[in-house]
Amino acid sequence: MPPIRDIAVVAFAQSDHLRTTDELSEVEMLIPVLHAVLDQTGLKTSDIGFTCSGSSDYLAGRAFSFTMALDGVGAWPPISESHVEMDGAWALYEAWTKLLTGDADTALVYGYGKSSPGSVRDVLTRQLDPYYVAPLWPDSVALAALQAQALIDAGETDEAALAGVASRSRASAATNSHAQVRGSVPQGEYLVRPLRVGDCPPVGDGAAAVILAAGERARELCERPAWIRGIDHRIEAHGLGVRDLTDSPSTRLAAERAGAFERPVDTAELHAPFTSQEVVLRKALRLGEEVRVNPSGGALAANPIMAAGLIRIGEAAARVHRGESDRALAHATSGPCLQQNLVAVLEGDPR
Amino acid sequence: MSKEPVAVVGIGQTKHVAARRDVSLAGLVREAAGRALADAELTWADIDAVVIGKAPDFFEGVMMPELYLADALGAVGKPMLRVHTAGSVGGSTALVATNLIAGRVHGTVLTLAYEKQSESNAMWGLSLPIPFQQPLLAGAGGFFAPHVRAYMRRTGAPDTVGSLVAYKDRRNALKNPYAHLHEHDITLEKVQASPMLWDPIRYSETCPSSDGACAMILTDRAGAARSPRPPAWLHGGAMRSEPTLFAGKDCVSPQAGKDCAADVYRQAGIADPRRDIDAVEMYVPFSWYEPMWLENLGFAEEGEGWKLTESGVTELDGDLPVNMSGGVLSTNPIGASGMIRFAEAALQVRGQAGEHQVEGARRVLGHAYGGGSQFFSMWLVGAEPPSS
Repeated sequence: MPPIRDIAVVAFAQSDHLRTTDELSEVEMLIPVLHAVLDQTGLKTSDIGFTCSGSSDYLAGRAFSFTMALDGVGAWPPISESHVEMDGAWALYEAWTKLLTGDADTALVYGYGKSSPGSVRDVLTRQLDPYYVAPLWPDSVALAALQAQALIDAGETDEAALAGVASRSRASAATNSHAQVRGSVPQGEYLVRPLRVGDCPPVGDGAAAVILAAGERARELCERPAWIRGIDHRIEAHGLGVRDLTDSPSTRLAAERAGAFERPVDTAELHAPFTSQEVVLRKALRLGEEVRVNPSGGALAANPIMAAGLIRIGEAAARVHRGESDRALAHATSGPCLQQNLVAVLEGDPR
Repeated sequence: MSKEPVAVVGIGQTKHVAARRDVSLAGLVREAAGRALADAELTWADIDAVVIGKAPDFFEGVMMPELYLADALGAVGKPMLRVHTAGSVGGSTALVATNLIAGRVHGTVLTLAYEKQSESNAMWGLSLPIPFQQPLLAGAGGFFAPHVRAYMRRTGAPDTVGSLVAYKDRRNALKNPYAHLHEHDITLEKVQASPMLWDPIRYSETCPSSDGACAMILTDRAGAARSPRPPAWLHGGAMRSEPTLFAGKDCVSPQAGKDCAADVYRQAGIADPRRDIDAVEMYVPFSWYEPMWLENLGFAEEGEGWKLTESGVTELDGDLPVNMSGGVLSTNPIGASGMIRFAEAALQVRGQAGEHQVEGARRVLGHAYGGGSQFFSMWLVGAEPPSS
């Protein structure tokens, strides 16, 4: 069933993604991005119908960390607002549903995270089953390495092919001034076999923001809106032992529900923090060589946790805005080894 | 363009207690979800999506627990969203789930909120160890006590009003089998003799720290037609937020709360809440918040809320019963507390509230707030489907 209302991404902004931003609080990192995205449309906070954000208390190291960001938004007079403890891509999904109800015509969505204050590999172990798995502290790179080895064992890739994914991503990122890692960077030593440093995402801090608008409002705010033709997300079992790590059925199902397979896409922005995960996602999404994958450099060039998924949607939309894409797919992921996945299909008006 | 009507057809709670050492987090949430499904006479296969909420992850020490809980909530292969809006989260979570149906994205949605506070220490979880911000202020009571003082000073309310609320809510809780505190020997004198914690808030005027979960099955018009028991219909729902601290903030009666209520009343066609609403489940973690919210929500003129409380209007057999279930003062699994308010409002209009049922309750308000009185979520449910 097609959505009952046409909704588009009309603006996108992001920070420069940096290894550390010790001199900035989360709010200070976020505010320029919020200003940038509002400036693109000429809207003010008080013009926005609904605001939704994604972030994580665990990265901030304190409870209710998002409340300070809200002060940065400038929620006065009071605003209609919500928050997901998820990547900003899911905040965008919540905002999309809000706009579908007709209760709002515009939405401001943002996601942000600072990984630099702690050890993000250790922090992410706290996502795991708290009774049986988390006490063992298996970190995110080790779990991704399990997935990579399963792919290699299944004959779906090899280390040379993974290195190719890494170098292509960094080459693409060369023209992305926001990216953290770009250009010709050696693959480096093994971090956890079979993954080398280059197969893994950089650890960094960053923020992103998007504005959504419905129907005619979108056309007023953007010359070529990136219409959300479909968006869906699905979750898989948590236990890695009950999943086939070489496949991503949740991505495939989300893509189906989002209408991704109805017509070919020309561009795909995939949230694949590890090279091996791009292999899994390409298969699940049936992306051929003709599709331009991660022209921004993807999460291998900048992976600010809680914003990296929203950035995929923003990058895909920005390409539609600029006329560089007519039909783009954007993907976001959450959890160990691609446990939860979101797929959006964005289209520009026919030219 | 009109929204799809939304109905509550299943409600499930756990018996709230200080520590559920017999179940894991997964076991706790599954218990509430299973009861909601049983109430709706549906199975896991009937659920299209899951929307889950709780207050900070630090309370149990699990980061983004929706990942770990996906299996327990039958969400594998389905969409699962995780909402976090501080203390208002239970209400916000239900409203996010509502939008999935109202926007015709899904037909039937399971929404659930929980807290298993015994797995951690809420006082520590609420600490704000960041430079240049206000220190802990000795827990939530330390933060809110000055606002209660400001209310008393502003309205001239006698200092006995808080104990009346606590005495009422604890007696109401005796009629609710799921309530945490069942103080069979409660008296007004005992409340008034309890130790002073944060002047003017006494020990018996504060909420407990609970383990518990609350779940609801929300569905569309077609789903409601198949419901084996009377549905509760959504007539209005809204969220509002304002900054934590700023010069213009009215901590006694925040503008965001007023705006949120006004939006709900507009949607529901409520002209005079005092006359048009039959009962209220409001978020009262410290007893004095009953008179304060009575004013903020428009049930009383400014400065008059305490008079409603004092005159017995908010008693279970009063003209405007408040917190029939015993409220947050009797049961406080923080992340679930807002959803319990919403669910209890729905139970009332379905006529399923058992011993704490208000006779003839047709329109009931559920209310939640969080943060530094800055996040508000509310819904108004009715026994009849919405007319528009």
